[in-house]
Amino acid sequence: MNSRSIKVDYLARVEGEGGLYVRIKGDEVAEVRFNIFEPPRFFEAFLRGRHFLEAPDITARICGICPVAYQMSSSHAMEQACGITVGGALRDLRRLIYCGEWIESHALHIYMLHAPDFLGYEDAIGLAKDYPDIVQRGLRLKKTGNDLMGLLGGREIHPINPRVGGFYRVPTEKELTAFVEPLEWALEAALETVRWTAGFSFPRLERDYECVSLRHDSEYPLCEGRVVSNKGVDIPVEDFLKVFEEEHVPHSTSLHAFVKDRGDYLAGPIARYNNNFDRLPEVARKAAVAAGLDEVCRNPFKSIVVRAVETVFACAEALRLIHTYSKPDRPFEECTPRNAIGSGCTEAPRGLLYHRYHIDDQGLIKTARIIPPTSQNQKAIEADLRLFVQQNLHLTKDKLTWQCEQVVRNYDPCISCSCHFLNLQIDRD
Amino acid sequence: MAATKKPKLAVWKFASCDGCQLSLLDCEDELLAVAGAVHIANFPEASRAVVRGPYDLSLVEGSITTSHDAERIHRIRRMSRRLVVIGACATAGGIQALRNFADVDRFKQIVYPHPEYIECLAKSTPIADHVFVDFELRGCPINKYQLIEVVSAVLNDRKPNIPRYSVCMECKRRGNVCVMVASGIPCLGPVTQAGCGALCPSYNRGCFACFGPAATTNPHALTGCFEQQGMTGDAIVRTFRSFNATAEPFRKQSEAYEQ
Repeated sequence: MNSRSIKVDYLARVEGEGGLYVRIKGDEVAEVRFNIFEPPRFFEAFLRGRHFLEAPDITARICGICPVAYQMSSSHAMEQACGITVGGALRDLRRLIYCGEWIESHALHIYMLHAPDFLGYEDAIGLAKDYPDIVQRGLRLKKTGNDLMGLLGGREIHPINPRVGGFYRVPTEKELTAFVEPLEWALEAALETVRWTAGFSFPRLERDYECVSLRHDSEYPLCEGRVVSNKGVDIPVEDFLKVFEEEHVPHSTSLHAFVKDRGDYLAGPIARYNNNFDRLPEVARKAAVAAGLDEVCRNPFKSIVVRAVETVFACAEALRLIHTYSKPDRPFEECTPRNAIGSGCTEAPRGLLYHRYHIDDQGLIKTARIIPPTSQNQKAIEADLRLFVQQNLHLTKDKLTWQCEQVVRNYDPCISCSCHFLNLQIDRD
Repeated sequence: MAATKKPKLAVWKFASCDGCQLSLLDCEDELLAVAGAVHIANFPEASRAVVRGPYDLSLVEGSITTSHDAERIHRIRRMSRRLVVIGACATAGGIQALRNFADVDRFKQIVYPHPEYIECLAKSTPIADHVFVDFELRGCPINKYQLIEVVSAVLNDRKPNIPRYSVCMECKRRGNVCVMVASGIPCLGPVTQAGCGALCPSYNRGCFACFGPAATTNPHALTGCFEQQGMTGDAIVRTFRSFNATAEPFRKQSEAYEQ
């Protein structure tokens, strides 16, 4: 029986260090591993003994691409522990900075990391030589998101302005109004992005995913809501660990999250979209339908179109928030620490991000637990790879290797995030 | 022919958050110009194409935390005519260097169900502890305009124009009112290198030292002021132990307060 393997030692166009290993025996996929060899950084350990107000600044350093997600999840967890809620204009500003991060991160992934796969380019620089206008559009869209984060956060990577309870400084109405014009352009560019990506040809792959995301009474979810799935999960954030578990499996040597008694699940744009299509603003719903997306999407390669639809949402939502903004009286709500546990779950661009802290009455952190999106998606990534390879054994090795990489990139994996507690070592036969 | 050949640029990652190399992709207005001026020969975050070394300039992000990485950095140095390290992880060990003040085996037990699977070094160390470094660009994250300045300076064999004075200079230039004097907010600006544009004081908060110690600092005098404002010893230790905790002046100051 002939045996062959596909190996990608260092996966490109993802954030962080990961590799891929697939072993094929005859006509069967014998083994699939999405390896993460990014060294651990032990955030949950050194957070112990730190002050609760430091958590947003420290956990932002887990990921340079989605720092706002870390700041939002940690802030919400700390506020729950302190027994306060942040509402009104401060809550709106949080949604607004998150929209900035979504626009920036989605545009980066669509144009620079993912689209080159569909069009047969090694990278966006090559793409830019043949399609300069398209890449320029992507860069300008990304910059609009970054500029919004720059104003509200102070800077786009590791913003300094968000804090537990709100912000250190809130913007004036005039500062925000200056963003109306760039965002109106961005909304058009995002709609154009939906049309552009919808025209790609998508490899065939469909799975009946368990889609896990937040769901809110009236909004497309960013910071708040219940944790739900299409297979019956419907829980408040604080019950997260009752339903989801992580395992440290000896043969794969990595922590994988799964639904207890069921198995792998999907977090991220497709999961959010499938669970919350009815919560999208009309402009985004129309764009999705015109692009040929159904209300439920099961082909992970189409995540690029869903990301574009979510970018439309983020631009429209940002405009709505700016139009209704009136500067709040104070930049943050006071938080008095007490001996308590708090959980926070928000939607990072690449999926659900869960934080849980136990703090004492001095405000010092006793324990910390962080479950980032990529460790939640690891099992689903491996299941996708297994099915995809099984269905495409006829492809040449080069083509199959490239498409396997693409299967991983569908998830926009954020390996620096996941690896802060994922291992690491690669088994070889 | 050789004179017109574009210099080859490589970007490498060690233990880090990816934010500093992302700064290069965040240069939306300059990116295509940079790509026109240099040959991006090895930059996995952006491209699957890899051109073999040697490279004219290597940008290195992240700190050394595994024995494998401690060897890899030597291979990269041998392939690189100039090696510039970017960000607090690469210049000072980063936030993950907080393990240097603790027991790493204890850390493994806290985070992992099976600590025996985890292989890593007891300390997180900056790149310059392992190989010769041509230039250290500070920041958590770095300032992208400083990055472009350093890349163009190094490729043109001139000294990068990166100031080593403190954040206070930038604050004065921005016309900020001093948050420490006027509002009693503890601020590390007087001992921290400029580069961020005095961001935090401009947003009504104290500097927390993303850019590491300035050229000549007196952390001891500053902590005297913190104590007068009522800050406890534990809080002072934490203040100096963040993204640049092992940078010499900060390390000494935090250790002095640890007893």
